[in-house]
Amino acid sequence: MGLLSDPNRRRALISLLTRLNAPICVVCYLAGVAWFMGLAFEPCTLRTYMSENAMGSTMVEERFPAGERALATSREFSAHKKKAGGMPVDWLVKTMQSRGLEVFTQTFSRTLPFPDENKERYMVKGTNVYGILRAPRAPRTEALVLTAPCSGGDSNNQAVGLLLGLAQYFRSQIFWAKDIIFLVNEHDLIGMQAWLEGYHHTNTTGMDWTPIHGRGGSIQAALSLELSSDVITSLDLVLEGLNGQLPNLDLANLFYAFCQKIGVVCTIQGKLQRNDWDSVAGYSHSVQTMLLMAMKQASGRPWGDHGLFLRYHIEAVTIKGVNSFRQYKTDATTVGRLLEGMFRKLNNLLERLHQSYFFYLMPSLSHFVSIGYYMPAFGLLGSILLLRALDLWNQLVTPPPRTGDGDIEQVSSPGVLSVLTPLVISHLTGAALYFLPIHFQTIAVEHFPVSETEAVVLTAIAVYTAGLALPHNTHRLLSGEGTEQGWKVLKLVALLYLAVLLGCTALINFSLGFILALTLVPMAAFVTPHVPQVLSAFVLVIVSPACTLLFSVFFFQELQEVPVNFQEGWMLYLSVISQGILDHYLYGSVIYPLIALLVYPCWLLFWNILFWK
Amino acid sequence: MKFLTLLNLFSTYLLADSINIQNTAGQFFSSGHTNNWAVLVCTSRFWFNYRHVANTLSVYRSVKRLGIPDSHIVLMLADDMACNHRNPKPATVFSHKNMELNVYGDDVEVDYRGYEVTVENFLRVLTGRLPLRTPRSKRLLSDDRSNILIYLTGHGGNGFLKFQDSEEISNVELADAFEQMWQKRRYNELLFIIDTCQGASMYERFYSPNIMALASSQIGEDSLSHQPDLAIGVHLMDRYTFYLLEFLEDIHPASKSNMNDLFKVCPKSQCVSTPGHRTDLFLRDPRSVLITDFFGSVRKVEITMETINLTIPIQQVEQSPLNEPQKYSYVDQLPVSEIIHQKPKQKDWHPPDGFILGLWTLILLVFFQTYGIKHLKHIF
Repeated sequence: MGLLSDPNRRRALISLLTRLNAPICVVCYLAGVAWFMGLAFEPCTLRTYMSENAMGSTMVEERFPAGERALATSREFSAHKKKAGGMPVDWLVKTMQSRGLEVFTQTFSRTLPFPDENKERYMVKGTNVYGILRAPRAPRTEALVLTAPCSGGDSNNQAVGLLLGLAQYFRSQIFWAKDIIFLVNEHDLIGMQAWLEGYHHTNTTGMDWTPIHGRGGSIQAALSLELSSDVITSLDLVLEGLNGQLPNLDLANLFYAFCQKIGVVCTIQGKLQRNDWDSVAGYSHSVQTMLLMAMKQASGRPWGDHGLFLRYHIEAVTIKGVNSFRQYKTDATTVGRLLEGMFRKLNNLLERLHQSYFFYLMPSLSHFVSIGYYMPAFGLLGSILLLRALDLWNQLVTPPPRTGDGDIEQVSSPGVLSVLTPLVISHLTGAALYFLPIHFQTIAVEHFPVSETEAVVLTAIAVYTAGLALPHNTHRLLSGEGTEQGWKVLKLVALLYLAVLLGCTALINFSLGFILALTLVPMAAFVTPHVPQVLSAFVLVIVSPACTLLFSVFFFQELQEVPVNFQEGWMLYLSVISQGILDHYLYGSVIYPLIALLVYPCWLLFWNILFWK
Repeated sequence: MKFLTLLNLFSTYLLADSINIQNTAGQFFSSGHTNNWAVLVCTSRFWFNYRHVANTLSVYRSVKRLGIPDSHIVLMLADDMACNHRNPKPATVFSHKNMELNVYGDDVEVDYRGYEVTVENFLRVLTGRLPLRTPRSKRLLSDDRSNILIYLTGHGGNGFLKFQDSEEISNVELADAFEQMWQKRRYNELLFIIDTCQGASMYERFYSPNIMALASSQIGEDSLSHQPDLAIGVHLMDRYTFYLLEFLEDIHPASKSNMNDLFKVCPKSQCVSTPGHRTDLFLRDPRSVLITDFFGSVRKVEITMETINLTIPIQQVEQSPLNEPQKYSYVDQLPVSEIIHQKPKQKDWHPPDGFILGLWTLILLVFFQTYGIKHLKHIF
């Protein structure tokens, strides 16, 4: 007979499961954490390699000569920007036209749901200017995009200058098989979102923009440039995009290959390459790089202008020029050559980048970990939930041993209603957490002396904390209160719900799923009404999503080697919450709804179980 | 008397000389071929396969230079590199870096282009089974006195060659196509050159006579590309064809280099892969086969002042009365029924069938039974 259909064997398996459940769970958890940390260990990673045949090796001759002229243009741009007090639209249009591009503009406007204190904007109006370099002999079916943001102050002038210099140089070449779009966007991400929505005729975030008249065909790849100094010491590659989506690994491989060919120092997450992987310092360096990438991916924010392209299945990266205190400086001509080489190779593409990985982690620029290698770490954590659920199911199904007096009859199963009530109430609280902060900010501002942003964030925290008081107040609604059966059924449902939720999250955004699993899974496995209440209440609050976020903020600052004290950290935490809510309304990030509508109610269910009696 | 002897000697000498001329004239056709054809095929498309087109065009250039006219060359190119949008030098295809040699030239005639290069079309060209509307330039109109050069290049593997990223031709198919050509007497001798990865696998299965084959790499080896041009951004040629082109540039229509020199082209030190060749199906010794037997179209012309006696080709035919006009029909190109049902001709005398033998024995027995044995002496 089969393993599971033979009743003797099944009983043996089940008894094994019941006896060893806790130890196996502990072992799985430790194994999962160890697997994740081991991913950064160099022998467990693979070297990066170019997967796309059409892009081949870096065998092109880069001949961009006009770095100095590009810098002169950037100074002109800066002067005009100061004069215009924003984006010098007319000057940009004139300059692009003189370089032989077809120039178009797009105006957009958006009122944010509440003022953005980081960037100090509330009602945003702006203009995007873009010029299309038509391919000399090709039909207008495909395009590549080079973009530089027009930021206030003194930042990113050199990026725009280099963009215009490259436009002039590219115009004199005849080997372009795709149109090249040179885009200067205002108000960084908001402008980029307006342009992309206009280009693809979608309107997902409720922005107002004028229609786009000039198109170049379907965009195959995009590069975003951020350069704020005349000379740089290194180039940083930014990969993480909206909702933790990453571009195809081939684009990162292309960048790295050209960095090596031209001899520019290239970094990822701002950290240099190290060769001593077998030393402790080298290993911790890789771990830090990988953890930084994981945290950036988990936040779901686009970390560069490229982040919004990914949603349209356009592979894009941001290249940031960094000027630090090293001796060896790279000038603008070399950066221009690197970009020229990358564009020539992208020009050779016949179809969109699809040969390499879309899901990966990079402990360094030359090594990567693919989804097949990192998923088992999450699988081990998820299996803990399933083991616990199996154990509970077994307990629910097998009748308890009858003792002498038959008074220990269980009351009949509490029924679906007792499980449904906590579920509904938790989700209503989650919905409150999602809707109330925005909708009641005006009321909050009237009654309390706080700004709108603070009102939103503090309302969110208030609703969150109010949820903690639920179990005590809703017990009278519960019919199955106090029964063993009741909390077991609820816990079973909650465990399965958490397992499905975390599994789906990990598929789309592995880092978010893994970080949530790290904190929520042990708590979910071991919470029962019988554990000591005060201690476990404290532990539960510590592992709740909000506190996980607080600790992550501090940890992130530590990893970036800019540690903060508690005061600054708290302010940072509040701004992170407000940014998360803004990202959701402005660009459609799903992190905030996910946490508010799904993860938080799930956590509340466990909180409910703790206070079952 | 002396004059007569001298005359005799002189006439004998003239006679011998004329016989010699006739012998030399007879030697003109010792290789057996009277015309040359070339089928040059590039099977890959896309910009990064620039080198395959350049390979084919280099062989085309050599073959044209050595005398084979465009009407006798079937050139199949799967993609247009010269006019590709990514070509920084439009209307050119270079084989040497720094753009030394433009093999595209002014007078290239491509017979099968783009998506017309398919396995089906290639096999139809070889076997001659083309639809009636196919123009002459797309046909291989060879006969049994043609030497054909077949050159294939592209991406290949163990036992197959990839056509255009969508289909493959296997070595078995190719061998069967050559056998069809042999049975239809479409070639006198065939030289098959292939420059792909694992090229030697393609000539493994040949079984028709008079085929010589060369390949750029053995099974399990990859054929490597030669040099990239940084301005164009792609590899320009494959190694084997690059050195083949260098070798052929030294050949002129009167050169006497033979196949053994061709086998030495691109040794392992230059090619990294090991070129291979197959001569067991070829009847002549490779040493006696000239390069120009396949790559050039050499018209054997020798000027002589001698008169040569040719048999009078024109016979007087008696005027036959105009009877009913004879109906003519085309000879069956592939007489399948004959081939299938052909019995071997009986050269020796075979005893009659057993049935007849038995019948006669029966008759004899009956006769002697009836009329008694005493008549036996009358018979024997």
